[in-house]
Amino acid sequence: MKRELPVVNERGAAAPCPAPEMDAARRGRSAASRRLFLRSAIGGVAAASLTACRVEELLGRNYRELSKDELGAIIARLEKKHTERYGKQVRIGNEPPQPGVDFGYGLDLSRCIGCRRCVYACVKENNQSRSHPQIHWIKVLEMDKQHGVNLTHANAYYEADEVPRPGHFYMPVQCHQCRHPPCTKVCPVGATWKEPDGIVVIDYDWCIGCRCCMSACPYGARRFNWAEPSLPADEMNPDMHYLGNRPRPKGVVEKCTFCIQRVRNGRYPACVEICPVGARKFGNLLDPTSEIRQVMETKRVFVFKEELGTEPQFYYFYAT
Amino acid sequence: MRLRLRRSSWVPAVLALAGAAWVMAGAPQAGTAGDRRPKDLSPGEIQADPPPFSEGIFPCSQCHEGPGDPTRRELGVHEDIQQAFDHDSQNRWCLDCHDNENRDVLRLASGAHVPFTESYRLCGQCHGDKYRDWRAGIHGKRVGEWDGQRTYLLCVHCHNPHSPAFKPVKPEPRPLRPDEMKR
Repeated sequence: MKRELPVVNERGAAAPCPAPEMDAARRGRSAASRRLFLRSAIGGVAAASLTACRVEELLGRNYRELSKDELGAIIARLEKKHTERYGKQVRIGNEPPQPGVDFGYGLDLSRCIGCRRCVYACVKENNQSRSHPQIHWIKVLEMDKQHGVNLTHANAYYEADEVPRPGHFYMPVQCHQCRHPPCTKVCPVGATWKEPDGIVVIDYDWCIGCRCCMSACPYGARRFNWAEPSLPADEMNPDMHYLGNRPRPKGVVEKCTFCIQRVRNGRYPACVEICPVGARKFGNLLDPTSEIRQVMETKRVFVFKEELGTEPQFYYFYAT
Repeated sequence: MRLRLRRSSWVPAVLALAGAAWVMAGAPQAGTAGDRRPKDLSPGEIQADPPPFSEGIFPCSQCHEGPGDPTRRELGVHEDIQQAFDHDSQNRWCLDCHDNENRDVLRLASGAHVPFTESYRLCGQCHGDKYRDWRAGIHGKRVGEWDGQRTYLLCVHCHNPHSPAFKPVKPEPRPLRPDEMKR
């Protein structure tokens, strides 16, 4: 069918020209209702901009499309908002990836005792929701030694007076920061992507909460804020990164970022520093002297679900 | 520099052993971090303060004057250490690691003296593979900066030298199951 170009009406607003085969009565009604709708919609936008709601929040843009000044303004506004809300001075960093750095993470399965210290250090560092929803970026799986790494014999809900329990070993799972991340491919709005230093990040202001990424992730590493996150003000970590641990709104997805607010400033992730048995290793894969490279070169290393071709930057190894 | 580190359960007397190192390094202000570093570590590596001794136990020469009886026997002192001692205890006793002439230092199999701050050299005599991994950053733990200054922990920060196996710990609470969360 031939389509006609919109014509400009006497008020200067574009009104679509109806197809010629439409009957006159119907045309009249539909044109009137459309005009009514447009009028009310324009009125609504004008009203919104007059009130506290800002235009840039309404017509926000993706993190990667924002200019330095625009991002600076957004960060300043967020810092002010969170400082007021939580009653302590918040700093939201925006440190870029460092050239020549590709992060790698090693986890020694022969050492991990399943104590879950890493889980709670992560929650504290990264401002996760404490309960309802309870969000943990790290899940520690208890597995049977006789079955080896086998998800059909894995239990994340183990309770014990003492760990390690005889006959079991422990396998913490968190975001693997894949080189071919299935989660970023399926995002319909481009709210999650892989940074040049290897970290897969999420723009919480761009995420629409469709959770496609969660179903795409073969490691179950992504978490969803089903309700307004609960973050007690006195436990809030005010040292933040825009793409990391800043407070999340309800209805967005989040996950491990290797503690982007720490590692982009040269520090170890929180889980590495808390581990009481030194099972967690972190460093730059491009630096031949780094600990992670020493692990890669001298130990038995594997990646989880290698057959999927996700090529994680998170490696499991056995030091003994 | 003081680190707040999680340690496995310790016998106080063991703290004593490592604490000697602290006193030795701290009191005379003689050994700088550079002096104490294992030779093949990079300049960014800093040794953590050894855990403190039990109060008043160091220097050992306060009580131990000159060489004692070198034959293995039950002692009337250090009962707690003797009770906890589980480190090839079939074949070894105090003076295999503590020097008989000078109790304020440790003693290698060769007879060479080693200060408490370099106790890893003593451990490395038998645990060569762990020593090698520790120097490369694979065994043990480092805290600080992955590309800058980092503090490495000594063997005795995590292992009780008289009973080095890790003791089981109570795990943190399990996560909530989905059906336990409020809707």
